[in-house]
Amino acid sequence: MSLLTVSNLGKAYRVYASEFQRIGRWFGLNTKPSEEHWVLKNINFAIEPGEAIGIVGQNGAGKSTLLKMITGTLQPTEGRVQVNGRIAAILELGMGFTPDLTGRQNVYHAAGLMGFSADKISGVINDIEAFAEIGSYFDEPVRTYSSGMQMRVAFAVATAIRPEILIVDEALSVGDSYFQHKSFDRIREFQAQGTTLLIVSHDRGSIQALCNRAILLEKGTVLKDGKPEEVMDFYNALIAEKENSTVQLRELEDGSIQTRSGTGEASIGTVTLHNAAGAPIEFVSVGENVSLRINITINSAIPELVVGYLIKDRLGQPVFGTNSHHLGCKIDDLDAGETVSYSFNFAANLGVGSYSVAVALHTSDSHLSRNYEWMDLTLVFNVVNISQREFVGLAWMPPTVECSR
Amino acid sequence: MLELFKSLWDYRGFVFSSIRNEFAARFARSRLGGLWMIINPLAQVAIYALVLSNVLAAKLPGIDNKYAYALYLMAGMLAWSLFAEVIGRCLTLFIDQGNLMKKMRFPRITLPVIVVGSSLLNYLLLFVALLVVFALLGQWPNLQMFWLIPLTVAVTALAVGIGLILGVLNVFIRDVGQVVPILLQVWFWFTPVVYPLNIIPEKFRSLMELNPMFPIVSAYHDILVYAKAPDITQIAVMTVVALGLLLLGLFMFRRAAPEMVDVL
Repeated sequence: MSLLTVSNLGKAYRVYASEFQRIGRWFGLNTKPSEEHWVLKNINFAIEPGEAIGIVGQNGAGKSTLLKMITGTLQPTEGRVQVNGRIAAILELGMGFTPDLTGRQNVYHAAGLMGFSADKISGVINDIEAFAEIGSYFDEPVRTYSSGMQMRVAFAVATAIRPEILIVDEALSVGDSYFQHKSFDRIREFQAQGTTLLIVSHDRGSIQALCNRAILLEKGTVLKDGKPEEVMDFYNALIAEKENSTVQLRELEDGSIQTRSGTGEASIGTVTLHNAAGAPIEFVSVGENVSLRINITINSAIPELVVGYLIKDRLGQPVFGTNSHHLGCKIDDLDAGETVSYSFNFAANLGVGSYSVAVALHTSDSHLSRNYEWMDLTLVFNVVNISQREFVGLAWMPPTVECSR
Repeated sequence: MLELFKSLWDYRGFVFSSIRNEFAARFARSRLGGLWMIINPLAQVAIYALVLSNVLAAKLPGIDNKYAYALYLMAGMLAWSLFAEVIGRCLTLFIDQGNLMKKMRFPRITLPVIVVGSSLLNYLLLFVALLVVFALLGQWPNLQMFWLIPLTVAVTALAVGIGLILGVLNVFIRDVGQVVPILLQVWFWFTPVVYPLNIIPEKFRSLMELNPMFPIVSAYHDILVYAKAPDITQIAVMTVVALGLLLLGLFMFRRAAPEMVDVL
């Protein structure tokens, strides 16, 4: 059985010509709302224990409405949410705190609001106190706390008892960076013990680092549900998408999905990697000098062309990216039918692993201004360690060493 | 309905800690703390007693205590203050707690229960203070006072019923929150709290029968001032009305609860 099943979920905010019509409805009168504003419609997904799911989407896409219906603060207009387990949400920390009471008293109260009995809280109060690490302030009134201290206590209560589903709003930073690390450790620990995570974030990095699945919401519907790298590529393309541009998805031979978007004035032709001798290669030795060759066809006259590339690791995390604008190599006033070729030469100072290259054609310094074409996974290459000493990590940073005693 | 009570039972810890916190917060930074809850109505009684005793004292038949008017006032005020406090707090309850309701998942029924619990606590304090004042004025506690237990339940039911209906309506129609305090003032003056019943002209007295607070306040007078048993039939009718309103209030609350968060 799934931990959480969302079936045909929809939410409409209803406006009535008169509030008396709304009240009449409670008593069985058959009045019709004058306006129905659907913010979510036809949402379906199921979540299994131990998954970690990122929920992404632009502002107003319906992320918080969906989460509110999952936590149960908001009632769905149609469809249903079925939960088999306890949900804890780290969305609104410190709700229900009374400033004049001490941290300890507020912990009891806030945990009561989450449905725990006093006995159960007494069993974990020492853990909460220890986790919050605010020392003797724990028995001082909350109004004397800094906002960071309040966050610490609130986070400690919210995660005192491991829930089956944990909802985390990533934008909510929990105090100082020390505590952020500590709180993320706790979230990962829960995940290892089988808690399902639902993470709302705009940050590609944390979605890809924590999640094994992502759901993209757009205008109240699920636009994509799949691997985080694919969904995030699609999401980025969506942000970059301007009027008249299209997003295309193409499944590659290995089953991964390539995202191509843009207005189409210029298109990416072949993208290849060559070694120092000029031969095309797929395997690169650590530190080897290589050149990335990109051929471009111009479809209609454009005033300026900037070519950018981004090397990503196998999880889709950006490793290195730049473009011809930053490198000071620009071609202006291009005509339709022209072909252009760029060659980026660099030493592959990368760790062992598989990497992909995304290419973007645009104007000025980023693909957000005018995006002619953006294409993910144009090229996949592997870095192997043939000539260097053993090392770990994403980057090759050869050190020299001195030692003394 | 059954699940309503079950969820309430599951959240009893939250209900008690809310009542306690509210009480504790009141003591936290003021020297007299909770005493202000008693001082307030007693000061009001003192003002009325000072201003009106000469006008109205002579009109109180059947009691020979020279502070009779003050006793009469206090007895009525005890009932009215509970009634008005519950209604007043239920009226803005869902709007005041809107943020919490939007962001946390918990049984909404706990909110009115917390109001009732904390109002009853204030009522109890006021009652104890009143017994002390009564003793100082020469009126000792008597056995009839046990009648106050069912009466308190009846007046609470009436107030919660009305308060829930108005509180739910106020979420959707905010004018309710403005008009109710005015209506409560009018209602207060149409109930014999400050004045004795016998100053009302005979032909209007039957109108009093329509006021559900009239039998309540009269019963408080009978018990506390005259030390006699209240009129059971009147109270019984009023209790039926109160239960009807309470059921209507709960029904509206149940129907409105899913929509409330949408508009808060």
